[in-house]
Amino acid sequence: MPIATASQTVGPYWHLLEDPSWADLTRFGATGETLTLTGAVLDGDGKPCADACVEIWQSDPPASDTFPGFGRSNTNAQGEYRFLTVKPVPVPGRGNAQQAPHIAICVLSRGLMRGLVTRAYFHGEALNETDPLLMSIEDSERRGTLIAHAAGPATWRLDIRLQGDRETVFLDV
Amino acid sequence: MSNPVPFRPYTQGTQPDYDTPEYVGTRKRHPNQRLHPMPQTITETTGPSFSPARFPPSEDLTKNTTGKAALGERIIVAGTIMDEDGQPVPNTMVEIWQANATGRYDHPADQHDAPLDPNFKGAGRVFTDAQGRYRFLTIRPGAYPWPNHRNAWRPNHIHFSFFGPAFATRLVTQMYFPGDPLLAYDPIFRGVPDEQARDRLIAQFELDLTEPDYALGYRFDVVLRGRAATPMEE
Repeated sequence: MPIATASQTVGPYWHLLEDPSWADLTRFGATGETLTLTGAVLDGDGKPCADACVEIWQSDPPASDTFPGFGRSNTNAQGEYRFLTVKPVPVPGRGNAQQAPHIAICVLSRGLMRGLVTRAYFHGEALNETDPLLMSIEDSERRGTLIAHAAGPATWRLDIRLQGDRETVFLDV
Repeated sequence: MSNPVPFRPYTQGTQPDYDTPEYVGTRKRHPNQRLHPMPQTITETTGPSFSPARFPPSEDLTKNTTGKAALGERIIVAGTIMDEDGQPVPNTMVEIWQANATGRYDHPADQHDAPLDPNFKGAGRVFTDAQGRYRFLTIRPGAYPWPNHRNAWRPNHIHFSFFGPAFATRLVTQMYFPGDPLLAYDPIFRGVPDEQARDRLIAQFELDLTEPDYALGYRFDVVLRGRAATPMEE
C-alpha cells in the first residue's frame, strides 16, 4: 500500500504563487451575510509571523460557481491575515450533533514543517455551547483560542498563537 | 445523521515533527501542546475544487514570464498523484514554485547575491488528468545558502502544493534531486524521521520522460491520504 507523501515547510518564498484576490471569497459574486475575518499569527515570543500563508475552508455556504469556499491570505508586517467571506451557518456534526458555525484554518509558514489546523468560531453563537469540538476541549481558556470576537462592523478577529502563552488549540485532523 | 468517511491517520514516522530543533525556524513556531484529537466532520472531508477555466494552468516555467527563454538546464518533471489505496487523484490542482538556475528566488525577501533571471519568475500551476498524471517544464533550480547554521545550503528543490479531494488531504512539500550531496546536511529534508518516507521526496531520473535534444526528465510521484477502510462507529 502506498504511504502518504511527507510534508515539508512552505518556506518564506511561497508568495511567488500569491494572488491577493484569493483572500476575497466573495469575488465571484457570492451573496449572503459577508464578514471580515482577521487576526495576527504570533510566534512563541509574541512576535508577528510576517511571512505566513493562512488558508481557510468552509463547508457552508457550499462551494459553488459564485463561492469558492477556500481562501488564502498572506500576513503583513504585523502578522495579520484578512479574509472577506460569507458567514457560515451551522453544519451537521457526527451522529445527530450540530456544529456551531465555523471556518477551518490552516497555517503554513517558514518554521512549520507541516500546516497547523485550527478553527474560527464566532463569539455569542448559542450553538457554541453544544458544539462537539468546542465541548471536547475541557479547559475553557484553551477553548477560547478558537473563538473569534467582534472587532468592528461585520469584522471578527482571531489571533493565532503558535507557541507558549495562550497557545492556540491546533487540531489533529 | 451525517458520518462522512474520514481520511486515515498518517503512518507513524512518515511526517516531520513540528519541533525539529536542527531547523532553527521551528524553535519559536512549533506548538508546545499536543494536537487536539477530533473526529473528522464534513468540514474536513470536503474541500475546494479548482477549475482550469478559472485558474488557468501555466505548465512551461521556462517561458511563462516574458515569453523569452529562461536561462539554465531545462527539465521535465512529471508524475502521478494517487491516494493510499493506489487510486489516481484526477483533475486536482498542483502549484509549483522554485529558485532560478543560480539559486535565487524572484522574491524581495531573497537577498542572496546571485543573479535574477528576468525571464524566470519560478511559479507555475498544472492539473492532473483523469489518470492522476501531471507534467511541467522548468529550469533545474540552483542550491543556495541560508542562515540556519554556518555554511548551510539548501539542496536543489522544487516546492509543490497539492489539494486532493478534501481539506484533510492538503499537502505542501518539496521535491529533491537524486544524488544531491547537500541532502545529508539539510535539516528540512532530514526532518522526516522515516528514511524511506524521506527518500520518496527525491525524484527519479527517468530516461523515458526525457525529450531527446531538449530536456532531461524526472519523475516525482505523490501520494495523498486515503480514506479509512470502514466508517468509524460512533
